[in-house]
Amino acid sequence: MSEQGTMRVKGGLAEMLKGGVIMDVVNAEQAKIAEDAGACAVMALERVPADIRADGGVARMSDPEMIIGIQEAVSIPVMAKVRIGHFVEAQVIESLEVDYIDESEVLTPADEAHHIDKWKFTIPFVCGATNLGEALRRIGEGAAMIRSKGEAGTGDVVEAVRHIRAITGEIRQLQAMDPDELYARAKELQAPLPLVQETARLGRLPVVLFTAGGVATPADAALMMQLGSDGVFVGSGIFKSGDPAARARAVVEATTHFRDAKKIAEVSKGLGEAMVGRSAKSIPENELLAGRGW
Amino acid sequence: MAGSTPRVGVLALQGAFREHISALQRLGADAVEVRTPAELAAVDGIMLPGGESTTMDLLLGSSGLREPLAAAVAAGTPVFGTCAGLILLARDIEDGVEGQRTLQVLDVTALRNGYGRQVKSFEGPVALASGGADMVGVFIRAPRITRVGEGVEILARLGDEPVAVRSGSIMAATFHPELTDDDRLHEVFLAGIANTSGE
Repeated sequence: MSEQGTMRVKGGLAEMLKGGVIMDVVNAEQAKIAEDAGACAVMALERVPADIRADGGVARMSDPEMIIGIQEAVSIPVMAKVRIGHFVEAQVIESLEVDYIDESEVLTPADEAHHIDKWKFTIPFVCGATNLGEALRRIGEGAAMIRSKGEAGTGDVVEAVRHIRAITGEIRQLQAMDPDELYARAKELQAPLPLVQETARLGRLPVVLFTAGGVATPADAALMMQLGSDGVFVGSGIFKSGDPAARARAVVEATTHFRDAKKIAEVSKGLGEAMVGRSAKSIPENELLAGRGW
Repeated sequence: MAGSTPRVGVLALQGAFREHISALQRLGADAVEVRTPAELAAVDGIMLPGGESTTMDLLLGSSGLREPLAAAVAAGTPVFGTCAGLILLARDIEDGVEGQRTLQVLDVTALRNGYGRQVKSFEGPVALASGGADMVGVFIRAPRITRVGEGVEILARLGDEPVAVRSGSIMAATFHPELTDDDRLHEVFLAGIANTSGE
């Protein structure tokens, strides 16, 4: 008999997104621009992270009507964000038949102790992580895809680099360990032992790993791919730039041809202004998004 | 080619190319990523993986691969497409985006996202025409084959529906054998390459 919502089916969609670019869009028109530029999926949200950051206040799930408008506009997968721990927002998004839920630190957390129990859902989840332990805890809760948190809405890639280097570096350490040592390491990582053992055996996370948070240029995207990311999310970087359609297309090309510097140079020509950006270091600690979630 | 390992290219513009490379390597093939016309020219057979067909369509154009790939397939180079790869091969597609192109070399009609959105994605038992145990078919926002042209052989079915087909040196499946450890369809593909290369 057929079975829906298995881990293979949930993780399978993430496998199909690899090598691709997932773009934040706030309306149907932007979604169409993203699809025409070669985005492999879009993230539907009311405000891109740069605006959430500027506006302050409580950031929540988007209006279902806006999400439906985007679903009707494009044929590629549509993702939407819910607050950390807000399982009813997730139930609502699932009822809309969105393709992936991002339980995201970009929105204001709804629960300071518990993330969503993602095993209860048929729809797959992607979650942010800053290191290996956090990534494996999210997978333990049922996440079918992991992304770096980076520092969303800054246009500064430094935090995404830190997170992807942390995750891939910690995986290399696991690979070098004796199997006897993984028990203690799992305790240190505060991660489920079977996932630590599986990660050591595979030499990568058991699910797809994307980069998010601060990617603004084709070279940023290629940097993250060369560092071991399976694909990239671009949030504010596209629609906060001078020429979104051209920049979106260029980021898609650079993500595919990430080892080809000539190609990256070619697609980087004449893109106009990148998003203005804000150094992640200049942001007060209590305004950093990457610290949300645990 | 007799006696040497077949070199199989996996189109690596976007999608699940890593899993196809693993499956082909498990079967002893020399599997390589293909992103440029030069890389394509060096292979004996080509896999078109799953991914987003609209993304691959654009990247096929910009990478200069569309014409050489069409020429290679027309010249009889064995090709195997899964999911989005099947869409790329299909003569006709339903529910494509405006201007979306395919190679139009496999006489079937493919309905994009034929089962619905991701919540409707599923795994189910796929019966091979050659017999043996059912395969676990993983269907991810999968296309549906709504028309099978004359002379197109059905390799596998889900219930009554065709889900894997072959026409000459062209094979295609709507599901993802690369997401399981069951490599029987990849074996059929490699056997086809061995026959072609041996001639």
